[in-house]
Amino acid sequence: MSKIKHTLNPNKWVKLYADYLYSYTKGRVNNHEIAKDLVQETFFAGLKAMKNFQGKASERTWLISILKRKIIDHYRKINSAKGKAEVKMNFYSDGEREGEWIEERVPSNWNIDAEKSIENTELNEALQKCISKLPEKYEMVFRMKTIQQFDTEEICKELQITSSNLWVIIHRARTQLRKCMEDNWFND
Amino acid sequence: MKLTCDEATKICDKSQYKESSFLGKLKLVIHLFLCKKCGLYSKQNTIMTKCYENYSVCKKHQNSCLCEEEKEHMNQKIKEKI
Repeated sequence: MSKIKHTLNPNKWVKLYADYLYSYTKGRVNNHEIAKDLVQETFFAGLKAMKNFQGKASERTWLISILKRKIIDHYRKINSAKGKAEVKMNFYSDGEREGEWIEERVPSNWNIDAEKSIENTELNEALQKCISKLPEKYEMVFRMKTIQQFDTEEICKELQITSSNLWVIIHRARTQLRKCMEDNWFND
Repeated sequence: MKLTCDEATKICDKSQYKESSFLGKLKLVIHLFLCKKCGLYSKQNTIMTKCYENYSVCKKHQNSCLCEEEKEHMNQKIKEKI
């Protein structure tokens, strides 16, 4: 059986794939400039690696595989010592009270009235603000899981993290977001 | 069978994606029966999930792409390197 041998044509990359690669990236990295840079870097890396292209995969698949590496690198960068901002603690992490709520983070009752209904554009804006206050790593994983609704397995594979790692991140992000929405929306 | 509040709320979060285990859920129910703070967290968590779902629908409808100018710029940079 003869197989099609794919070829590369970098002159057409932007026209054919820039939008696709950009929207793929934007679903993972919710920042226009960073997403744009990652796409540009993917094209540059593609140019460098052209001689290694064997023609087995389509041009698009090949570029996506390069982009995936770029996204992992980005995740590692925001997870590195330099980018390692942590969310606020909600529970005592050691001592006699380990695992118990820290007093000022204990949930308080919300005022939910008609004006504060959950299908509300302003609520979305408040939520957007709270999400963007999360440290980058938490924001990225939270968005992929909750907003883009990717499978746990897929996220773990893409970012090369374990599922228990993912759930710790989701748990911390959600407790932080709950508090932020309590202060800025429900009890504002 | 005993969970700390940190562990209980973690299972509660996982449940929001329907990904907690049967044993986890059982332990959570017992914890929630005894702990008012986590009970409130659990109630509010359901509301938060609805908020996230609305936000998600809203976000997914926003089409994001690069503008023509940005693409042209990108193309230029590639041509310089070819």
